[in-house]
Amino acid sequence: MSYDYSKYLRKGKIPHIWCPGCGYGIIMKSMIRAIDSIGWEKDDVVMTSGIGCASRLPGYVDFNTLHTTHGRSLAFATGVKVANPKLNVIAMGGDGDMTAIGGNHFIHACRRNINITCFVFNNFIYGMTGGQYSPTTPKGSRATTAPFGNSDNQFDIAQLAIGAGATFVARTTTYHAVPMEKLMKQAFEHKGFSIVEIIAGCPTGYGRKNKLASPAGMIEWQKEHSVAIAQWEKMSEEEKAGKFPIGVLHDVEKPEYVEAYDANVGLS
Amino acid sequence: MAKQVKFLQGNEAVCEGALYAGCRFYAGYPITPSTEVAEILAARLPKLGGRFIQMEDELAAMAATLGGSIAGKKSLTATSGPGMSLKMENLGYGYLTEIPCVIVNVMRGGPSTGLPTGPGQSDVMQARWGTHGDHPCIALTPSTVQEQLNETVRAFNLAEKYRMPVILLTDEIIGHMREAVEMPEPGDLTVIDRKRPTCDPKDYLPYKPEADGVAPMADFGSGYRYHITGLNHLPDGFPSNDGKLAQADEIRQQKKVDDHYDEIVVVDEMMCDDAEILIFAFGSTARSAKEAVQMARAEGIKVGLFRPLTIWPFPDKHLLKYKGKVKRVIVPEMNLGQTALEVERVLKGSPEVEGIFQIDSEPINPITILNKIKGGK
Repeated sequence: MSYDYSKYLRKGKIPHIWCPGCGYGIIMKSMIRAIDSIGWEKDDVVMTSGIGCASRLPGYVDFNTLHTTHGRSLAFATGVKVANPKLNVIAMGGDGDMTAIGGNHFIHACRRNINITCFVFNNFIYGMTGGQYSPTTPKGSRATTAPFGNSDNQFDIAQLAIGAGATFVARTTTYHAVPMEKLMKQAFEHKGFSIVEIIAGCPTGYGRKNKLASPAGMIEWQKEHSVAIAQWEKMSEEEKAGKFPIGVLHDVEKPEYVEAYDANVGLS
Repeated sequence: MAKQVKFLQGNEAVCEGALYAGCRFYAGYPITPSTEVAEILAARLPKLGGRFIQMEDELAAMAATLGGSIAGKKSLTATSGPGMSLKMENLGYGYLTEIPCVIVNVMRGGPSTGLPTGPGQSDVMQARWGTHGDHPCIALTPSTVQEQLNETVRAFNLAEKYRMPVILLTDEIIGHMREAVEMPEPGDLTVIDRKRPTCDPKDYLPYKPEADGVAPMADFGSGYRYHITGLNHLPDGFPSNDGKLAQADEIRQQKKVDDHYDEIVVVDEMMCDDAEILIFAFGSTARSAKEAVQMARAEGIKVGLFRPLTIWPFPDKHLLKYKGKVKRVIVPEMNLGQTALEVERVLKGSPEVEGIFQIDSEPINPITILNKIKGGK
């Protein structure tokens, strides 16, 4: 029997704005199933986002939803969480939103280890503005602002998060819809700053310029280029070339920000 | 019983006012000359069950302040010119989404880093027009340390009542000076809390105004699930591309302030009744102006002080009483004539506005104002 999403959707707000073939619907559905499986009350869930295609997601789901300014999803989320730590706060955004204009907030949320779950929708491009290169656009790829191919080096979002102090870091792809749901649930269960980077296809903004226009082809690409972390760790550098690991990449315990603050200042 | 009197620094008095008003969340970033506000609240808030956070930058500080308010806490942030420039992005978000909070701007000079440790009044127009787009604005300009406390309470009240960010536009001189302050007891000053919805959550429309133009605001997590967006939105909070509705909603927001001028605008008019010369001065400059007026009066010159405690909305109605009535109007300010432009707009040449504009990081001396009064045009 297929899963009934209707409890969590704002049905009057559908259809969504995402292009045909966009991977973000897969992420939304996995996220709904993950929230359902952890059993959070809708009233207790706050969802924040920045600006961009990914950031339109909160408008479609029936929680306390906060569509903020470009890059500031985590900064607003931090204010909400510190002011009321009982709320379950999920912050989301795209690769440009979270790691370019919001990069400073991203690394500092990781550093604080505040109990927020962050989803970064990484489609390698600025989709909403029509396909400009982002901090994750592969070197050499075409974008409207990289007509000769992208000269920039890329961020590895998961490694950036680990380096900045996030205590739970996972990566998945829109090919892996079911594992994605499980990783999201693990992220929710983790106490501290958790992040799931989700590789998604943007056939319109990225695919067309890079001979990957077919949505199915982009999902095939995700399947072929991703490697489960257990296998990844056994691979040689040559075997790793052009591929990326998926699964739980980092999972450690550290004091959570608000709990540590409260203990430190004598708030019970 | 006599009131308790404390010898407070201006920035300290802001903190006392904030806590009196019920502020329980502060998000900020260090910047001279406002930093004492953060330092004091970092120590004081936890004792009252509140929390303090030092954010990674001013954009984040403004964002987190709004986030704290959305979660139901009266929220404060404090900064100065360069920080205010950075806050403008999310301040605009606060206006469009109608999130109450208070922003303290302890003014210094500028642009850019300028003269960081000296006073200025350079941000009058920035307070009104610094973020992009049209929006209502309330900014208060205290002149004494007592007013730093009382006007901070009033700033919170206005923010909560009209569901919008309110700016306390003070300056380095008042922020750092020390004066005796009569401490209000609970109940001495009015404290207003925002309207919260009482309807069935399924009927809640977060932007459907009541008769006063203001819609009740639910705390996130209180059972009223709704959507907040910086896109123009309908009464249900969801975005709309309908330009006509967007225009109507922004005019409705502006009217929240315009229609309540009498409740929002406070002006101290000293010796203005028979005045032939009017001095228009606010903030620390009004202190010098007051002394200049007293010295001139001692010499028999009919001069009065018009001192707005509310600079935005601009005190048009109060000032219009003097149009065509006084012979001269003098506007001393620590900028190159920002407020003078507004005074000219209201008086329309009756009479012409004379300025004393100074941006050398020094206060405008009473004697400078007195010389202008006595020197004629």
